[in-house]
Amino acid sequence: MSDSIISVDNLGKKYLLRHQAQRQRYATLRETVIEKVRSCFVRTGRRSVRETIEYFWALNDVAFEVKRGEVVGVIGRNGAGKSTLLKILSRITEPTTGEVWLRGRVASLLEVGTGFHPELTGRENIFLNGAILGMARQEILRKFDEIVAFAEVEAFLDTPVKRYSSGMYVRLAFAVAAHLEPEILIVDEVLAVGDAEFQKKCLGKMNDVAKGGRTVLFVSHNMGAVQALCSRGLLLTGGRLVMDGPVRSVCERYLQGSARGLAGVVTWSADSNARMCFTELAVLNEKNQPVGRLGIEEKIRVRVSYQVGSPLTGATICLRVRRNGILLFNSFDSDETPAWLGMRSPGKYEAIIELPRYMLGAGQYTLSIGAGIPRTESIVGELMDVLAFELHEETQDVWIKGYAAERGALLIAPIKWSVERLP
Amino acid sequence: MEMLIKPGLAEKNYWRDLWRYRELFYFLALRDMLIRYKQTVFGLAWAILRPLLTTVVFTVVFGKIANMSAPGGVPYPLFVLAAMLPWQFFSTAMSDASNSLINNANLISKVYFPRLVVPASAVITSFVDFLITLVLLGVAMVWYGFYPDWRICCLPLFMLLVFGASLGVGLWLCALNLEYRDFRYIVPFISQFGLFISPVGFQSDSVPAVWHWLGMDLPARMIFALNPIVGVIQGFRWCLLQGHTTLMPFAVATSVVTVLTLMASGLWYFRRMERSFADII
Repeated sequence: MSDSIISVDNLGKKYLLRHQAQRQRYATLRETVIEKVRSCFVRTGRRSVRETIEYFWALNDVAFEVKRGEVVGVIGRNGAGKSTLLKILSRITEPTTGEVWLRGRVASLLEVGTGFHPELTGRENIFLNGAILGMARQEILRKFDEIVAFAEVEAFLDTPVKRYSSGMYVRLAFAVAAHLEPEILIVDEVLAVGDAEFQKKCLGKMNDVAKGGRTVLFVSHNMGAVQALCSRGLLLTGGRLVMDGPVRSVCERYLQGSARGLAGVVTWSADSNARMCFTELAVLNEKNQPVGRLGIEEKIRVRVSYQVGSPLTGATICLRVRRNGILLFNSFDSDETPAWLGMRSPGKYEAIIELPRYMLGAGQYTLSIGAGIPRTESIVGELMDVLAFELHEETQDVWIKGYAAERGALLIAPIKWSVERLP
Repeated sequence: MEMLIKPGLAEKNYWRDLWRYRELFYFLALRDMLIRYKQTVFGLAWAILRPLLTTVVFTVVFGKIANMSAPGGVPYPLFVLAAMLPWQFFSTAMSDASNSLINNANLISKVYFPRLVVPASAVITSFVDFLITLVLLGVAMVWYGFYPDWRICCLPLFMLLVFGASLGVGLWLCALNLEYRDFRYIVPFISQFGLFISPVGFQSDSVPAVWHWLGMDLPARMIFALNPIVGVIQGFRWCLLQGHTTLMPFAVATSVVTVLTLMASGLWYFRRMERSFADII
């Protein structure tokens, strides 16, 4: 017990959800007054019609221990409770149940640059941010040079930080927090900004922190970074701790778990009376296994199985790929092989459509299939969005890539730039 | 260092934490002071210009046009200035404090520190501004050749009183403002309205002791004194203007009681709401 620096027991956080017609985010005084006045007169149960209250457990019965010097990755999908956990550990909100023992000073890097004021200079912000993070002035003075050197902003110390590039901004913010020398450092997705070199430096600093016998809690969606840095992982799902173990297996479990609900295959029973019917649609990985979730670097194979009841002439099979309802492309089996427009004799068919790697960006896609005679007749009307699959970039180091999903583009264009330096 | 986080436990360590974060008062106030006049041409001069201009307006409108005068041969501008300075401190402190939590929303939802630091720093910042404006008063006194006597020694007491009033009201308003954004609109109204019900341009004895209204005899002066700034202004004038102006002991006593009540209740309300700040901001 004595060597664990963080002990969490039965931790829970309950939020109140108010459902009300057109409820604004902030209560207004008028609403409250009206409601109070109304409740004085109307004592029947009518109020409950207007407002229903629902509780939501953002964290529920979470318990774990962290030993001194451990670097623990906290993994989970959005809304799994990671941020709530970190907020409780850094004392921003209070838990509803349970308790946490922290045997050391906690510094959280919940978001870089919190407490930086754009109008103040780098120097002023170092002191201000240090004070906000709980450093004494003497302590900041002692580490001032080190912080400045780490952040590489010597030349801009007396420039207002609003004139800083975002990279400089983040470097400075990270530097202040990292030099707080906390026994426990909480890091939440800070590394998403900054250039690759600085990211390496940050990871290095965090490693130093860990080697110096301090403890790091690291939250990220980037499985690569989590695996590189952490030895142990905690997987949160729906506010519960579902797995606690070596980081590699926790990451794998996370990646599998997120594909659940994306079966990767959908089947229909064959209708022998129809001219033609689809029997199966599947998304396959390179080992020909149906999967719901693939990396952007993997080949995506779509398998369409169908049955032809009576001879078909001039027919084509169509596959459509949509993202958020936006049609990305259509593909006919006769596009590259016009011969299919000829006769299709009765029997079972199986088509494999291979989509290139690095074409679709990370995100959720839906597949639709249909069959018909182009510009003439629909044989099987479009079976819309019958199968969904997800592409992820978690196994990729995409921070500095142009096609990172967070940059918003739907497609990855494998374009080569020919660049030469002009004389 | 060991720390336990448990529902309701933050309450216990509150004052100890406040002490640990004492330097934050200084840094937040410093930040606010540094940024207050950034990108302005006149900079710090604004601290002096604002009361100066208001005093000029008051002197012209009340002193010259309405022909009001100050008692005991006190120059009318000094008479106004002695009241204008504490009033302006109160009014800026109140509005700054009431917006302080919202303006620091990113801090509050991301980092832990005793939230009391935020409105308190806002009041401290306004207080420093106020101290700067005292220079203006000094210059005006030299100009008119009118100097305070021994009574000025009591001035710190009234400064304390107006500081307490600002903090008490500020605590109430910033906590309310966070939950009910209506207060964003109410606060400017309070400070506008407050200027008329505070004896800035006139003497407190212009208010009748009894006011007949709707067939009732209202103790107008008593009601008037409920405004804590009335006692503050009377005190400031008494201390600065050789005691030529009225000082109603009951008004000062009422002020003290009101301020203490405001501080205690403001602190209570703020502490009660504080736990949920990060959740509702």
